[in-house]
Order: sequence, then C-alpha cells, then structure tokens
Amino acid sequence: MIYWELFYVFFLIGLFTFGGGYAMIPLITDQVLSRGWATQVELTDFIAISEATPGPFAINISTFIGSQVGGVWGSVCATLGVILPSFIIILIIAFILEKFMKNRFVKAGLDGVRPVVVALIASTALFMFIQLIFFNNGSIYGDFYFDLKSFTLLILLGVFYFAYGKIRKKKMNPIILLVIAAILGMLIFSV
Amino acid sequence: MKEKKFKTWWPLFYTFFKIGLFTFGGGAAMIPIVQMEVVEKKKWLTLKEMSNILAVSEATPGPIAINTSTYVGYKIGGVMGAICATLGCALPSFIIISIISLFYEAFMSFEVVNNAFKGLRVAVILLLAIAIISLAKAVPRNWVSYVLFGISFISMVLLSAFDVSFSWMSIILILLGIIVGVVWEAIKYRKEKKE
Repeated sequence: MIYWELFYVFFLIGLFTFGGGYAMIPLITDQVLSRGWATQVELTDFIAISEATPGPFAINISTFIGSQVGGVWGSVCATLGVILPSFIIILIIAFILEKFMKNRFVKAGLDGVRPVVVALIASTALFMFIQLIFFNNGSIYGDFYFDLKSFTLLILLGVFYFAYGKIRKKKMNPIILLVIAAILGMLIFSV
Repeated sequence: MKEKKFKTWWPLFYTFFKIGLFTFGGGAAMIPIVQMEVVEKKKWLTLKEMSNILAVSEATPGPIAINTSTYVGYKIGGVMGAICATLGCALPSFIIISIISLFYEAFMSFEVVNNAFKGLRVAVILLLAIAIISLAKAVPRNWVSYVLFGISFISMVLLSAFDVSFSWMSIILILLGIIVGVVWEAIKYRKEKKE
C-alpha cells in the first residue's frame, strides 16, 4: 500500500538524516528515483519550491512528495514518517541520556558520518549538474546537448553569490538567490 | 509545578506555529527565531539551556527543526508539550505545501513559470554546492575521513554512471560511516589503555 510505503520510506529518511535538511536530499533522491515517484527534474523543482516556501525544508519536501504520490493522506503519512524518528530519539535523550551525547564513542560515530554526508551531497550535486548542463535534463544515456544558457546562468549566480559574500561580509539569503534565479531564468530562457 | 504544564501546551503550539511560518530554508535558519521567542520573549529557557538543546538537535539524526521543537516542547511542557511544539512547527509547512502541490502541474504549463523553474534548477545546484562547503568545514581532518569520503563519493558516482537504481546505498554508506567512526575510536581507546 502506497501510504504505508510513504510512511516507512520517510521514517527511514528521517532516521538517517544527519546534519540538517540538505543532508536529506541524497536519501530522498535514492528512494524517489528508484521507486519512480518523480523524475530528477520534478524532484529538483520540489527542492526549489521547498526551499522558497516558509517552513523547515525537511517538512516541505516530505509533504510535497507525499502529496504528489498519494494525495492528502500521502502527505500526512510522509510528514509524520519524517517527524517520528526525531521525536522518539529526542524524547529518549531528554528523558534519560543527556550525558550520552558527550560519550566519546557517540561523538566518534557522528564524526564518521560527516565525510559520508558531504560525499553524498557532492555526488548528488555532480549528477544534477551533468544532467542539467550536458543532457538537457534528460537521461545521461540520451543525446548530448550542451546547455549554454543554464551554464551561463550558473556561472552568473555563482559569481554573484560569492561577490555578495565578500562585499557584504555576510551570506546571501537563499531565498534572494532563488528569486534572482527565477527572474533571470524568465529572461534568459524566453529569448 | 507539574500540574501546571498543561497551561504551556497552547502557547507552545502557537509559538512554534509562528516559528514554522517564518522560517525559510533549513532548520538552521530557525535558530535565531527560536532563540528570540523562547529565550528572550517567553523566558521559558535560559540561553545556556537553549544552546545545549541546539547542540543535541544538530548531532542527533532527523531534521534540526523537528529536533529543536521536540526538545524545547518537552523541556517546557513534557511529552504533550513536545507533541504541541512539533505539530505546531510542521503545520504551516504542511498547509502551504499541500496548496502549492495541488496547483503544481497546472502552474507548470505556463511558459513563463517553466522558464522561471529552469532558472531555479540551476540555483538548486548552487545551493547544494554552498551546503557542501559549510558541511565540509565540520569534517575532522584525518585520513579516516578522507577514505570514508572517497569510498562514499566513488560508489555513488559509479551507481549513477551505470544507472543502477538502488534505494538503500546512501543509508548503507551512512551506517558504514558510523561503524568506522566507532571502531576507529575503540582502537584508539585500547591503545590509550595499554599505555
């Protein structure tokens, strides 16, 4: 049953998310693509929308996928699924084990996860990049097509983001970056 | 004192509803707002208690936003408080996204919207790159980390390159990271004991 599947897939995603919302993306990509719940392009759109709307990214993306796959009940199952592991683990820690987090072996386990999470996000980003820039967002077995417009936009946004950081001495809000990207997208891709 | 906990349930719910509504982006973006509401305005917790909660929320699995809401809710209103805070935090997202999701397909049929999304897809790659840079700063600088990074990166790239669809790979690699980290620490521990 789709509801149960959504619930346990998002339960596992919640359980294995270490380091905030973006660390979820590789896990979600794995599950959603291999189950045929969405294409890579749709998933990228979901990510953009989840980032640009109010609320924690994790909840937004779970609700979105749940609702696209299984309607209202699908979104309830996916969202509860992603919340539940956090909820249980935090209650256990708050209840009995606050000292547990200071244990050297717990810290060592968390240190072991860090490089893995960075590698997972890096490979996801690399794959998205290759697909978008060289294969017109299609399969990497499809026709080769160098998307000059997207590539130019990526360079522009990158330069803009890092220049902003250097000049204003603070990070640009991701929402502003997304708004600029949407406006530039409308301009560049319409001509 | 304990009997009065129920009085905090409703304030917890709507405070976290407000926090959920005004948080954009990842859970980390929530932290300043939570601090302002919970520590400064409501004076439910001290700054020290709050920073403890944040440290635990970041280190435990699960989205940081949910971890923080659950923990703060529990500290102030017990288990029921945790439920109120967590549901409060998730509800605005849930409502807004459910509405957007209904119109997503109809919306995408407009050429202008489609072009805007072509721009957004490019921006998502950049956002991921930014996340990589900030997460990489917290990675311990030793060869165990480099090896774990290498194994994870290469196996993910190979899976994609050969179009193998395997939904559990990232979870297996995360488990590998935990196991290697703990075993490595155990080896160091034994060495220290011998000395």
